[in-house]
Amino acid sequence: MRVPLSWLREYVDLPTGESGRDVQAKLISAGLEVETVEQLGAGLKGPLVVGKVLTIEELSGFKKPIRFCTVDVGTANGTGEPQEIVCGASNFAVGDKVVVILPGGVLPGNFEISARKTYGRNSHGMICSARELGMGDDHDGIIVLPPEHEAGTDAIELLELVDEVLDIAVTPDRGYCLSLRGVAREAAIAYGLPLRDPALLDVPGPNSYGYEVKVSDPAGCDRFTARTVTGLDPEAGSPIWLQRRLQKAGMRPISLAVDVTNYVMLELGQPLHAYDRTRIEGVIGVRRAQPGEKLTTLDGQVRVLDPEDLVITDNRGPIGLAGVMGGANTEIDDAGASTTDVVIEAAHFDPVAIARTARRHKLSSEASKRFERGVDPQAAAAAAQRTVDLLVLLAGGTAEAGVTEVIAPSAPHTITIPADHPDKVAGMAYGRETVVRRLQQVGCDVYGADELIVTVPSWRPDLRDPNDLAEEVIRLEGYENLPSTLPNLPSGRGLTESQKLRRRVGRALAGAGYTEVQNYPFLGEAVFDQLGLDADDPRRITVKLANPLSDEEPALRTTMLPGLLHALRRNVGRGAHDLALFETGLVFRPSGEEPAPPRLPVDRRPTDAEIAALDAALPRQPRRVAVVLAGAREQAGWWGQGRPTQWADAIEAGRVVAAEAGVQLIVRQDQQAPFHPGRCAALLAVVDGEEVLVGNAGELHPRVIKALHLPERTSAMEVDLDRLERASGGPVVAPRVSTFPVATQDVALVVDGSVPAAEVEGALRSGAGELLESLRLFDIFTGEQIGAGKKSLAYSLRFRAPDRTLTAEEASAARDAAVAAAAERTGAALRGA
Amino acid sequence: MSAPNKSYDPVEVEALKPEEIERRRDEALAAIAEAADLDALREVKVAHTGDRSPLALANREIGALPPHAKADAGKRVGQARGAVSQALKARQEVLESERDERVLVEEAVDVTLPYDRVPRGARHPLTTLSERIEDVFVAMGYEVAEGPEVEAEWFNFDALNIWADHPARTMQDTFFVEGDKPAGTGPEESGVVLRTHTSPVQIRSLLDREPPVYVICPGRVYRSDELDATHTPVFNQVELLAVDEGLTMADLKGTLDHMVQSLFGEDITTRLRPNYFPFTEPSAEMDMVCYVCRGESVGNPDRPCRTCGSEGWIELGGCGMVNPRVLTACGVDPEKYSGFAFGFGIERMLMFRHNVEDMRDIVEGDVRFTLPFGMEI
Ligand SMILES: [Zn+2]
Repeated sequence: MRVPLSWLREYVDLPTGESGRDVQAKLISAGLEVETVEQLGAGLKGPLVVGKVLTIEELSGFKKPIRFCTVDVGTANGTGEPQEIVCGASNFAVGDKVVVILPGGVLPGNFEISARKTYGRNSHGMICSARELGMGDDHDGIIVLPPEHEAGTDAIELLELVDEVLDIAVTPDRGYCLSLRGVAREAAIAYGLPLRDPALLDVPGPNSYGYEVKVSDPAGCDRFTARTVTGLDPEAGSPIWLQRRLQKAGMRPISLAVDVTNYVMLELGQPLHAYDRTRIEGVIGVRRAQPGEKLTTLDGQVRVLDPEDLVITDNRGPIGLAGVMGGANTEIDDAGASTTDVVIEAAHFDPVAIARTARRHKLSSEASKRFERGVDPQAAAAAAQRTVDLLVLLAGGTAEAGVTEVIAPSAPHTITIPADHPDKVAGMAYGRETVVRRLQQVGCDVYGADELIVTVPSWRPDLRDPNDLAEEVIRLEGYENLPSTLPNLPSGRGLTESQKLRRRVGRALAGAGYTEVQNYPFLGEAVFDQLGLDADDPRRITVKLANPLSDEEPALRTTMLPGLLHALRRNVGRGAHDLALFETGLVFRPSGEEPAPPRLPVDRRPTDAEIAALDAALPRQPRRVAVVLAGAREQAGWWGQGRPTQWADAIEAGRVVAAEAGVQLIVRQDQQAPFHPGRCAALLAVVDGEEVLVGNAGELHPRVIKALHLPERTSAMEVDLDRLERASGGPVVAPRVSTFPVATQDVALVVDGSVPAAEVEGALRSGAGELLESLRLFDIFTGEQIGAGKKSLAYSLRFRAPDRTLTAEEASAARDAAVAAAAERTGAALRGA
Repeated sequence: MSAPNKSYDPVEVEALKPEEIERRRDEALAAIAEAADLDALREVKVAHTGDRSPLALANREIGALPPHAKADAGKRVGQARGAVSQALKARQEVLESERDERVLVEEAVDVTLPYDRVPRGARHPLTTLSERIEDVFVAMGYEVAEGPEVEAEWFNFDALNIWADHPARTMQDTFFVEGDKPAGTGPEESGVVLRTHTSPVQIRSLLDREPPVYVICPGRVYRSDELDATHTPVFNQVELLAVDEGLTMADLKGTLDHMVQSLFGEDITTRLRPNYFPFTEPSAEMDMVCYVCRGESVGNPDRPCRTCGSEGWIELGGCGMVNPRVLTACGVDPEKYSGFAFGFGIERMLMFRHNVEDMRDIVEGDVRFTLPFGMEI
């Protein structure tokens, strides 16, 4: 809402020196979001006067038409002689009244005017366009004024060129501030000044001889006022003051009748519609549209109406989308050239109906904006009267005596609050007197002592609850005056184990060289083919968006890898080579069978069963952590060779994550897309005594690497943190640290090449018994000496007893037992034995 | 070696003559002094103190002397051997320290060599900033609550007093999950959305717990904006909810003040401006004093402030007293309990706290952006 300060002053006697910035500050503190204060005519300096064009001489020989004019500027030039001016515009004629700036004047933009020679003539000033005067951008030609203004009149004042305009972003609850009346009320309260309410007009009562109106849907339209004005002078145009106010408020002057309805809407907040009476046939009706009905709106669009749309009709059918836009068939003649009789509609429509219609037809108008946010139903009659008055005054019309008013009965809204309710909400004592005074200022009727019975004004449909009233008091007393206190909290329990785990995992991975990314969870299903997922892979069952940002990516991730690999590729594309990335976040795993959630009320707590039904409508959303890595894991340098990333790094990342959860991962050979079939590990953990798959890791399949344009040997890991968390054991049981000496025994075991090292290690551990302190694989050897298809695994076993020094015999016996177990379970043979 | 002098004759033993002992001693001392390095000294040591060295041999001859001469000779030989041994030790120390000095010089390295064998990674600043904010409130006694990102509309809208026709519930703002309904009948019909704020977690917290409830709800949220320098369709929020008996707007203000002071410095304060949100009443927009210029850039063209655009204030987000209708929908008696809530975007705070100029840097995952932020922010 754009509010010219000069117009605002018509309703509130703001202090004379008060600037737009001052008013802005006051209104902001009262809760109006005044975004900017525009300075109109800043830097403008006269003499700027009305001139009458006396003669025009067309100059030829130039690229564009140039006129040499003489203009009567009265005595403004000091001589009374005609002023000679060269002009590049040609939208005026001899006898027209124009705006002339004389030498010495300055136009906005610091454009100084002086006498000069141009196009071979002496030019003493300039004939001005609207743009040059800072009046608006929509017109290139010079301004032609109505004829009644005397030559020599000061045009700065006449055109109200110097002004300030407040631009206010009105929140949805403050519909009344989409009017000068509403903003003036706030300004009056802010300054503690009286308001001259422009809606306080003498309005004749309704009678039976007004234009006939039939409202068939009183729920959609609870008030309809119709007035008729006849005998308008079709030649009459809008006076300058009216045009200027519309312009400053951001509307374009069109014709007198239209301008007047717009003016009254800006002033009172009541949208109005003027019909050319000769183009309406019969009774004006209000009803819902019938299926298939069509209407051509004023913007020339043919609209197919929805049965929910509220329409204005005449005997032929719809003539307007109620509260949104009129129809072309009853339009006032644009130039005002033929319309002499108009019917004025001032109605009140259901905000929800208007909002839906505006959205359905993607048609947001000044009228619908106001109706959606709530219009004062009590102002309809006054608005109609004001429109009639202006048309009579400005176009010489005659107001018909008939006054139509169709009103659905309604009671004013009343709220009861304890007088100290605002105090309790704010946390400071205003006292009953202040509360009552503030509520009265916003227009409420207030009765009662400790309990206040508050009747809210008709223009504040947003005031529904006790807290709405509290807000009025608190904002008018100033949010800035609220004290700053802290509540007394019960003791908290800190972060949950799961939240702490997530932080540890992040730190551990970052410490291990991984950099965190946060990718969008959107993906296209083509990526599943690129990842080589089977047709029935459950990861292909996705949550899909009805309105994705990109049709290429309509689904939500079921695995973290596509996003991470995309980020990897982006970094590579920007010149990075050695990359290790990680991400923690949710994946979305619908079963595809989720039922729709029930529609639940909000006037009570839903039952547990209802909450469960809501949750059942949602997909599973487990939390995952994943890594991808490519290039060198260790850099080459003066210390020696680097080391390329490999499958083992990805599995190690899984172990790093698991260790933070206090979980020892079980690693098994696996074959799983998108991994290399020979370099893929299943990562398992024990939950409640059972091994559970928590993730996969390894090198990506070469086909995946090719399809996704990834660096060679790109590796990845993805683990389900929720499952991992369930596997985490209780507190660590402290080991007893033996101070007796260690006995170290090395063994080399030859096994079949296909036997996993983890199995050999497991067998050694179980066979070695309790004396085994630690065990480590320190070498793998393959070669002719041990036979084709075989491998030799060299382990270092450290034995120690808690209570004594082990003898060589004891250590050897334990080692032999370990080897025997390995032999039995994995066919291992002691190398060289 | 001479045989023991059983007859106790005063036998003159050549090696034990005082001049001879002195000579041997002086020879040894000279050789020690001349030893140029530890190897030479080792040879000298063998030659002059070894079993076959003259002084050692002389020592053995003492037994051949008559008793009256033994003490005298013994003393002389002992003194000579002591002097040699001492000189050896001294020389040994000198040569060793000379060697050490030389070797340490030879072993010197260029400690300015770079060592980036396995460079460190980093956590994303959105994660660490969110954690920093969480920690402020956890220290006050709040709990961190979380919830699903794909959420039922009842949690995301209805329970928050965002009624069916509210503009926020349109396709321009909200990602709707596709339902079973045929195309064109309105996708809203699925009743499931990507949460547009973390407020549904507030609702879930109120349903899960008995008041008092003090929770902070960080998390990812979604709005259907295109990515540009200042917008992202996926962003992070932190919201706070406090529901207890007797909570006031003053408590809200104090909590906000505490937060900005913890994050931006002791003397930073907040300001509330009236605004409108369906889920709070009264509602406010919250600003904080610009922590860079502290308001001194206002009306001071010589000292413009990029952080606040010379406004002196930085917009944080929205807040207010929990609308009693929201409490009712969660089964909390609004006659007994009141509450306050606020919420703001982490991306925006990251931008103004760390001078990020383009949102795309935050979301694109370029490691060059993230690495400098390290482990904590
Ligand atoms: Zn600043």
